[in-house]
This record gives sequence, C-alpha cells and structure tokens, in this order.
Amino acid sequence: MTAGGEVLRIEGLHKSFGSLEVLRGIDLTVAAHEVVCLIGSSGSGKSTLLRCINLIEPIDAGRVVVEGEDITAPGVEVDRIRRKIGIVFQAFNLFPHMTVLGNVTLAPRKVLGKTRAEADDEAAALLQRFGLADKRREYPDRLSGGQQQRVAIIRALAMRPSLLLLDEVTSALDPELVAEVLDVIRELAAGGMTMVIATHEMSFARDIAHRVGFLDGGRILEQGPPSEILSAPKEPRTRQFLQRVIQAGRL
Amino acid sequence: MRGSRRRSVAIAAVSSVAFLAIIGVAIVNAPGWPRVRDSFFNAEVFAASWPVMLQSFGVNVQLFLIAEVLILGWALVVAVLRSTPGPVFFPIRVLAMIYVDVFRALPGILVIFILGFGVPALRLPGVPRDPFFWAVVALVLLYSAYVSEVYRAGIESVHPSQTAAARSLGLGQLQALRFVVLPQAVRRVIPPLLNDFIGLQKDTVLVSFLGTVDLFNRAQIRQSATFNYTPYLVAALIFLVLTIPLARLTDWLVARDARQRAVTGGVR
Repeated sequence: MTAGGEVLRIEGLHKSFGSLEVLRGIDLTVAAHEVVCLIGSSGSGKSTLLRCINLIEPIDAGRVVVEGEDITAPGVEVDRIRRKIGIVFQAFNLFPHMTVLGNVTLAPRKVLGKTRAEADDEAAALLQRFGLADKRREYPDRLSGGQQQRVAIIRALAMRPSLLLLDEVTSALDPELVAEVLDVIRELAAGGMTMVIATHEMSFARDIAHRVGFLDGGRILEQGPPSEILSAPKEPRTRQFLQRVIQAGRL
Repeated sequence: MRGSRRRSVAIAAVSSVAFLAIIGVAIVNAPGWPRVRDSFFNAEVFAASWPVMLQSFGVNVQLFLIAEVLILGWALVVAVLRSTPGPVFFPIRVLAMIYVDVFRALPGILVIFILGFGVPALRLPGVPRDPFFWAVVALVLLYSAYVSEVYRAGIESVHPSQTAAARSLGLGQLQALRFVVLPQAVRRVIPPLLNDFIGLQKDTVLVSFLGTVDLFNRAQIRQSATFNYTPYLVAALIFLVLTIPLARLTDWLVARDARQRAVTGGVR
C-alpha cells in the first residue's frame, strides 16, 4: 500500500476496438476501503474499463497502477497481478462442470498452492458467511441466478483480492433475486472491501457508494459523492441520463 | 395417453413381423436361393470357421485398443497445439495444421503400405520391421488427424467467458485450458469421438495387407480352403456384433446430451 492508502490509480487510459474508441482518457483514483460506483448508459465504457483494470483487455495508452505498481508496464507478470484484483461478471461465468466448492477452491489450490483441506475450509467459511453452506455440493445449474452470482462473488473473494471489480452483477437477474446479491455487496462494503462497481441500480449506488462517477462517451464526465452526482449533477448529460433513469422507475 | 402408446407399440411390432415374414418368404422362394444359401450361409462351414476366426479377431481387437489409447492422447496434443494463442507459436500452429491436412487427405491403405512395406525395406538399424507395429503407427497417424479436429471443435465450443473467468482468478493459460476448458470440451465431443472409433474398428482390417493374419486375412484363408463364401459372412457378423452396440451407445449419448441441454435451457 502506498502513501494515502491508494489502491487503484488510472491515468489517461485509452482503449479502442478497431476504429471504435471506447475509452477516451480515463482518470480515476480509488483509496483503500473506498466504494466507487460507475454509472452511465450501456456502451459508455463501464464494462470495458473494469476489464482493462483486470488486464482482460489490453489497453492502448495510459497507465493503471495497483498498490503502487504499474500493472500496464511491459513485462509485468499478468497472472500475479490478477490474483490481487477480483472481478465478477454480469453472466456469472461459473464453471458448469464443477460443484460450488470446486468453483470456489480451484484458484486457491492451483494458483496459491493451498492444499485441498485448507482451501475447502476457507471456502466453507465464506459460503457459511453468505448463506450458501448447504449448496456446496451442488452444480451451478441447480442454483438460482441470485445464488449463482453469490457463488461467483465468493469465488473472487477466495483469492483475498485487495480490489474487487463488479461488472453489472445484477443485470442478468430476475428483479426478486437482485436484493440477495446487493446484500452481499453491502456486507463487503461494511467490511471495508475496496470496490469499483459498474451498476444500473441507482438507489443502491446512492446507499453504498462513497463516490459515484458518471461515464459518458468513454470519459468520466463528473464524479463526486452520491448525494451530489445523483441529486444535483452539474453536467447536462448527467441530468439527462438520470432523467431517463427516473422515468424508467429505477431511482 | 398410456393406452394409446401401448397400442402404437403393438401395431409397430405386428407390422414389423409381417413385413419381415414377407421379405423372408420372397427371398427363400426366389430362383437361385439354394445356391446362395450353400455358398454364403453354409452351416457346416460356419461351424468349422467361427472359432478359429474369432481367435484371429483378437489381432484386430488388440490393434484397436492400442491404437485407440494412443489416438486419444496424440490427437489431444495436436488439438491443443493448434489452439495455442500468440504469434510466438505460429510455426507450431502451422505444423499441426499441415499434419492434419496431410493425414486427412491420404487414403489409409496408402499410408499403411508406405509405412508397413516402405520403412522396413530401408533396413535401418533399430527400426522395427513388425507389420503390427507399423499398422498401429499408420492408424494412429491417420485417425489422430480426424480426432484432433473433433477435440478442437470441442475446445472452440467452450465460451471465451469461461477462459476469461479462469484467467481473472489468476490461472495461467495452460491451467485455464487444463482445468476449465478441456473438461467441458471433452465431455461435449464424446459422441463424435465414438463415431470415429467405429471407423477405427473397421479399419483395423488394413493390417491384413501387411501379411498379418487378422480376421479378414483368416476369412480369405478359410474361403480358399473351402471354396465357400460363408467365412466372409462370419467376419461380417463378428464386426456387426462389436460395432452395433457402440453405435447404439453413441446414439444414446447424443440423445442424453440433447435432453440435458433442453433442461438447462441454454443459459450458458
């Protein structure tokens, strides 16, 4: 950890897919134990930004610094960096051929070299904490969407990341299953987990975020405390976006 | 519902029996049937031939089992090499591709002749001259080309998000392949793999062209000794008995796969 407890610093991040420029100069700093919510319409670059932080997508220009280390420098060992950064996807992406326990323990065993007993115990404790202890022997297709997403979050937590990225983790869920996943994230925030969350759940963002950033056209147009951004935004684009969200009944 | 189902089964049974009876009567009463019966369905020749032929079939079974194990391993290596990402491995990908292209294009008998007659004729020290050995090599080379493509289709059918999930947890490229992609890929390609192995079972007779006395060669020997074609029918019967259960198993696995996919509803 560097001075000021800064976990993530992004400087001038650019990313294009072919001729389509998705991220056009992102600057963002996240302190330890801070929860930052990214909002913005689909295609504004939220998911791409998270995938760039986790090095799933190579970046075109700029820097991503995690715990003082430039992870986008050439020659950086990608797998070592990814251990520190957990990511949870919209579509869960659980491994369908493994049980819940298998999903959660795979990386601790194969990447961190823990014994099966050690990994099993830790996974059991995590599953217990998030109310899934009785599901450990089940395969993912036997679980509800909400349960699958909770397992995916636990799978990321099992690596004890210093930063957790959540990419619209409730967007693929039926409305009645959203709450159980948001509760898990609330508990993580209360426990001091540093998180960057891309979300369409505005009231959730207002509850949980220390800071909200509005992404538009590949830039963070404005950022600040949720009360400011969600209630009294300065930028007309932000106002317009929130207006549409209110009309859709999501705030 | 249940009654109507029982009714259709009964109708199907009666109609099948009647149909077969008509065909049977037509064949038996056809002119020339006695001659066909004597040279193809001769009971004495059948009784005298099948024990020794079954014994020779052991060669085919051995060849099949050894080749199958080697093919499963070698084809997987080829498939993985063809799927390696990154510009560094370009030559390896090209080599694997050329291998697959060449051995899928060549007729099996040609490869068997080149290896089984050609290589031993070089009289190189330390190179085996056993035709059985070269038959194994030829079948492994030929069938691995097909089977590696089956594997590759399986690997490519696993959604990239699975690899992304594995890599995001810190697993390396090879670990993601080994623990996440391959187990799912192999499960999906078991039916087409069995299909290729039905072909392999039949092609074991190619070893007879190198002079090894397998089922086919034994049938020829028996035919020349008895001036009767019943031994060929015995050989055919032996292959049928072995192959048809495998074919039914393949169908059953395909059907089960389709059912499972219907249950999960293609969420993934």
